[in-house]
Amino acid sequence: MNPALTIPAFGPMLPEILMAVGVLALVLFGAFRGERPGYGMSIIALALLAVTFVAVLMLPSERVETMAGSFVVDGFAKFMKALTLLASAGGIILSLDYMNREGIYRFEYPILIVLSTIGMMMVISANDLIALYLGLELLSLSSYVIAAFDRDNVRSTEAGLKYFVLGALSSGMLLYGASLIYGFTGSVSFPVIATVLQGNVGIGAIVGLVFVAAGIAFKISAVPFHMWTPDVYEGSPTPVTAFFAAAPKMAGMAMATRVFIDAFPGILIQWQQIIVFISIASMALGSFAAIGQRNLKRLMAYSSIGNVGYALIGLAAGTPDGVQGVAIYMAIYLAMTLGSFAIILAMRRGNVMFESIDDLSGLSRTHPALAFCLAMMMFSLAGIPPLAGFFAKFYVFAAAIQANLVTLAVIGVVTSVIGAYYYLRIVKVMYFDAPVERFERMSPGVSFVLVVSSAVVLLFWLVPAPIVNAAGAAARSLF
Amino acid sequence: MLGFGILSGLLILPLVGAAFILTLRGDSEAARSNARWAALATTVATFLLSLVAWARFDVASASFQLVESHSWLTETIRFKLGVDGFSMPLILLTTFLMPFCILASWESIENRVKEYFVAFLVLETTMIGVFCALDLVLFYLFFEAGLIPMFLIIGIWGGKRRIYASFKFFLYTLLGSVLMLLAIMAMYWAAGTTDIPTLLAYKFAPNLQIWLWLAFFASFAVKMPMWPVHTWLPDAHVEAPTAGSVILAGVLLKMGGYGFIRVSLPMFPDASLYFAPLVYALSVIAIIYTSLVALMQEDIKKLIAYSSVAHMGFVTMGLFSMNEQGIQGAMFTMISHGLVSGALFLSVGVIYDRMHTREIKAYGGLVNRMPLYAVVFLILTMANVALPGTSGFIGEFLTLMGAFRSNTWVAFFAATGVILSAAYALWLYRRVVYGELDKPALQDIKDLNRREIVTFAPLILLILYYGVQPGPILDAFAAPTDALMNSVQAALATVKTAAVAAH
Repeated sequence: MNPALTIPAFGPMLPEILMAVGVLALVLFGAFRGERPGYGMSIIALALLAVTFVAVLMLPSERVETMAGSFVVDGFAKFMKALTLLASAGGIILSLDYMNREGIYRFEYPILIVLSTIGMMMVISANDLIALYLGLELLSLSSYVIAAFDRDNVRSTEAGLKYFVLGALSSGMLLYGASLIYGFTGSVSFPVIATVLQGNVGIGAIVGLVFVAAGIAFKISAVPFHMWTPDVYEGSPTPVTAFFAAAPKMAGMAMATRVFIDAFPGILIQWQQIIVFISIASMALGSFAAIGQRNLKRLMAYSSIGNVGYALIGLAAGTPDGVQGVAIYMAIYLAMTLGSFAIILAMRRGNVMFESIDDLSGLSRTHPALAFCLAMMMFSLAGIPPLAGFFAKFYVFAAAIQANLVTLAVIGVVTSVIGAYYYLRIVKVMYFDAPVERFERMSPGVSFVLVVSSAVVLLFWLVPAPIVNAAGAAARSLF
Repeated sequence: MLGFGILSGLLILPLVGAAFILTLRGDSEAARSNARWAALATTVATFLLSLVAWARFDVASASFQLVESHSWLTETIRFKLGVDGFSMPLILLTTFLMPFCILASWESIENRVKEYFVAFLVLETTMIGVFCALDLVLFYLFFEAGLIPMFLIIGIWGGKRRIYASFKFFLYTLLGSVLMLLAIMAMYWAAGTTDIPTLLAYKFAPNLQIWLWLAFFASFAVKMPMWPVHTWLPDAHVEAPTAGSVILAGVLLKMGGYGFIRVSLPMFPDASLYFAPLVYALSVIAIIYTSLVALMQEDIKKLIAYSSVAHMGFVTMGLFSMNEQGIQGAMFTMISHGLVSGALFLSVGVIYDRMHTREIKAYGGLVNRMPLYAVVFLILTMANVALPGTSGFIGEFLTLMGAFRSNTWVAFFAATGVILSAAYALWLYRRVVYGELDKPALQDIKDLNRREIVTFAPLILLILYYGVQPGPILDAFAAPTDALMNSVQAALATVKTAAVAAH
């Protein structure tokens, strides 16, 4: 039989195919329906994400390769895809009310989010460098557009432009690194690269590895490739920022994990030092730079840089326990970040959105429930038990100790104490300071996201087993 | 009951009370009153339940009792609870002090009453959790979780510099604790479990013990607090509301001592022996130095806070003398100090509620207007000085005896602390209670009211009772102390044999 005529198995790609077909239908539907404010398109997009979520859950848990080995589905991909879909859904739900009230709703918004999500899912399942790059570009290009979605606003367009220029640069670096690796190993496929790169490898492949790592670090906004993050987070419309802080982070960490663990297991010593460095740098910058911030969105940007640093600790360990730590960290980080942004989106009086820390003053008197939820998010981000954030840190630090990365772990916990200072400051403003005016009632979508994420953050310690076990199974599938 | 035992009940009960208070609507006087009564009822019920646990507890046994174990993170990190002779008295101390804290806050807390009691009840759960956790991760969870309510209590209902004090309290304690977390993980990878009974039987490599001991020491020394990491305590005490100080001095400080006796001594005996001179030195400095500092204080609460640090110096000294008298004395000092310092802070609260100042200079001659108060404060001062006949004496005497057995000089220097404590405590008493009542503001100050008498009576009775009848508490410590001594001696003997064999 002529191999060129073999039809690849499409089953493992069902979620992506569903989404691609669905999003094309959405484009047509939107074009025929025309510009009309409302929730219709977003609801359909959410339904599409929900259907895809079910399809992802039905994927097999054992490793399946398809498309001539360039697309892989395993437990890890399943877990991270489920998180990504939840994050994207959160991004759409948070935008429901906001986009209409700000008058920047266009039917392309949910479409772009879904397109970007397809890119993320491709990235998570990519098993060679070309598939990885394709997914990454789909993800990035859609992101650049939605960063500038408030197109009459200077800050938003600036954010989009900045994101685009720097993103293009990092894509270039990644591509250059990929070409070097291809040149020195003779293949783009991760399993082949893994078998070729064993033990002592030449400088060329290492340089390629460094460039790939730089490109990945940009996508997950790790130091020293984090510069775009505060500006883009501050300038983008808030629901978009929430989406950026959640979904691409899931895909980015999954991509980093898969590339390093699947393609370069033989040269762990080489990339471990890179990851250890960017992890330490991210944690330190995330905690120190956030101290001076007055704007909540910028603060969350630095917080997300710091959090990526903590998640990378698990990757630096390079063990199944470490990857399990990464998976748990991302799941809990998702809940914390969506919950925090839900509260930022609730800071509205009339047509004015507030995003400064001082605007939270006395929130515990005016909105006790809201203040309580945000306080719990902050304590959780600081890693105080019994909130979920503690367990996230617990697993990555435990993996680091196991892998003998004690210095990394000690620096990690010390920076987490420094970081606790600025999280506490928000609690202080809400609880210890005098109250200001009340905000408006939250919109139903925002309160839904807040309730779900608060429940995860508050109650995780009572029933930790489901997420911990799922993450454990996901991690083992990589090794 | 779904396999949940009495200890789970102790943890859940305060949370149920807190949940009930949260459901109260509005901020009317009726809602506040309901919140107060609900909090009081909850803490009394918790105390009664802990008495039931005490009744079921077998004092003669050294093993963990009332054990319950539920699946949690993994098969090796379980939600395991249990008590032994060291932890049971501390649980009773916690549940016993809580109703007094609620009573002390009855009128002095006027704003955000519901939130206040919710924070206190959550705090109670975490404190009980620390003492009955039989898994190190669970222990850490409760150990740290208590920071959140205490941070809010100091920050919302505290004094002028409350924000500084609350941040200092939180960050200081957190920095110490995170190192302990890393040590817990290292123990997990070494022993394969965080189950405390299993770890008690596990022998850690001597080299690893040193690092683990230091990491735990960072946490417990801050919590204790030991000199020189004690500086958060005076600030926190001064700024916290009365009930917050009571809990801080009465229970939270005991977590450090409990940690030493639960983890450091039995699990790292070699390292404990190695570092004992360090602990002695820090303890003696704490006893002498903080007593001298206490002499110079102008704020009553700060003075008592420094005296707490000095007393905790006796505790660490006794614990690391590593003999029967020292350990039992240290445990007894913790219980006694819980009662005495708790009551002292309550008595400061009494005059603070009337005058809204804690300056020693603002008082004088109180005996003329407040004879009852003068008696109460006198007994408490004497107990703080460790006069024979009060519970303070038993603990200090035993710790000094233990220290004397292992290092005479340490006992000598520590004994000077006894003299100094008499100096600062009696001088305080003279300045506040005796003398002429010439300050105009004090002219119509009222003596103790009925609520305050009800608050002080049981505390004073217990302080005097345990001063002459220390048996009930010491008996509880006896069995686990024996077990601890045996295991420590056994571990040290193997080290010595190995050292001899190596020669």
